[in-house]
Amino acid sequence: MTSLERVAPRAASAEPAAPVRFLLDAWTVAQAELRKLVHDPTEVATRAVQPILWLVVFGQVMAQSRVIATGNLSYMDFLTPGVLAQSALFSAIFFGIAVIWERDLGVLHKYLVSPASRASLVAGKALAGGLRALVQTFVVYVVAVLIGIHLRWEAPALAGAALVVVLGAAGFATFSLIVACLVRTRERFMGIGQILTMPLFFASSAIYPISMMPAWLQVFAHLNPLTYQVDALRALMIQGGPSTYPITLDIGVLALTVVVLVAIAARLYPRLAQ
Amino acid sequence: MAHAIECSALTRRFETVTAVDSLSLEVPSGEMFGLLGPNGAGKTTTIKMLITLLEPTSGHATVAGHDIVRDARAVRRSIGYVPQLLSSDGTLTARENLDISGRLYHVPRGERRDRIDESLEFMGLSDVGDRLVRTFSGGMIRRLEIAQAMLHRPAVLFLDEPTVGLDPVARRAVWEHVRRLRERDATTVMLTTHYMEEAAELCERVGIMHLGNLVALGTPADLEAQVGPGATLDAVFTHFTGTGLEDGGSFRDVARTRRTARRLG
Repeated sequence: MTSLERVAPRAASAEPAAPVRFLLDAWTVAQAELRKLVHDPTEVATRAVQPILWLVVFGQVMAQSRVIATGNLSYMDFLTPGVLAQSALFSAIFFGIAVIWERDLGVLHKYLVSPASRASLVAGKALAGGLRALVQTFVVYVVAVLIGIHLRWEAPALAGAALVVVLGAAGFATFSLIVACLVRTRERFMGIGQILTMPLFFASSAIYPISMMPAWLQVFAHLNPLTYQVDALRALMIQGGPSTYPITLDIGVLALTVVVLVAIAARLYPRLAQ
Repeated sequence: MAHAIECSALTRRFETVTAVDSLSLEVPSGEMFGLLGPNGAGKTTTIKMLITLLEPTSGHATVAGHDIVRDARAVRRSIGYVPQLLSSDGTLTARENLDISGRLYHVPRGERRDRIDESLEFMGLSDVGDRLVRTFSGGMIRRLEIAQAMLHRPAVLFLDEPTVGLDPVARRAVWEHVRRLRERDATTVMLTTHYMEEAAELCERVGIMHLGNLVALGTPADLEAQVGPGATLDAVFTHFTGTGLEDGGSFRDVARTRRTARRLG
């Protein structure tokens, strides 16, 4: 058997320790997603249009009407962090459709037969979903400068805002992945995605303070991660911006949301391939 | 280990349908084995269990000596898999696709680069390594997918309908590459197909599946001899399953196959 004499070495024997492997695998998955954006940035570019409309059209009209009491902040200063959180949400909530698409093609199967843990694959997707939102962050900051929003420019505040946007978007992207695993087809997913976004958006402090809401809606708003994201962003983005909760609490809630959702998604993800 | 794949009474039921019904089978190390049958015979379900994507309802199996349920991760480390569907990412380049595979199996960085260059060369894709995969022809994509599945030098390679939707020239090229690859790495290969010609061309032994059961097992020549002098494998197939090759398969199978063919074409 001459062929057997030329046996190549089998799979690399030395593997990194499990926690290192988790991080490396998650980063591999996230990086693949980000490279796709570099090859074809049109999707991100189109997502940038929406926040511009909210700030320039909706915001300017509502600011004129002066019906929403926003304390010491001008309505535009109040609204800008809400628009950033909202546009990151609207983009992240449809993240799951790409996963269904990967299932339909077969790319998903390739990931699932690799030795990477399910949790690391999902964490990688979540990270990619979070990092994509930085593009919208950039757009919102540029528009905010142009329309004279009173932004904070200290490095810790900017880094904090970026972290909050990434955590929030990662959470909603993972939520979207869970929905994708449950509904399994693109058609059903599109319908459900539309149904989910508006309640998440309206039951948050994105475009009006929670104090203006009826009591029952306030209950939902307090369960909504978007509320905590907006709360932190208002303090981190805007000069003199108030936050209802300590920023560490906001970040803690967002991080915990991501961890819990990733754990759930990791259980559901393999079912997509069956 | 003597056998690369061992199944004993492997069974998978979906609600009312028994897709794989108490399958027992042994594939020796280094063999090229073909699972043959019409759409819906249970070939893909069998493979999905062996590669740990689907848990068996009952029965046991080992791949490369590892139990597919208790030791799923060790199985995953030992196998390569090319699905019937399209597993390379069209929105990435060939090199990026290979890089993802290499990294998920923790092939060290330096070695990874060498292996990627080598496998692009081996598969005749060196000139297009930095092109987006969606610009590739169906045959090129299949070759890339096989290169991805082999980058970590698995002990066992699973190919699910490797040439569905390909024209005869591309099909021959894929066969040629699979043969050369196996010669190089002494890999055990299990492939499914519903093309008789493919099984006869590539496989040392063939198992014919029908309605979840293995109805015949042997070398292509053995099976032909059992049916009668001068019988083709097509005749063998009809003999053992009582159906023509083109029968069978649900609407979903047809839709999938056509979609794959369209994506590849």
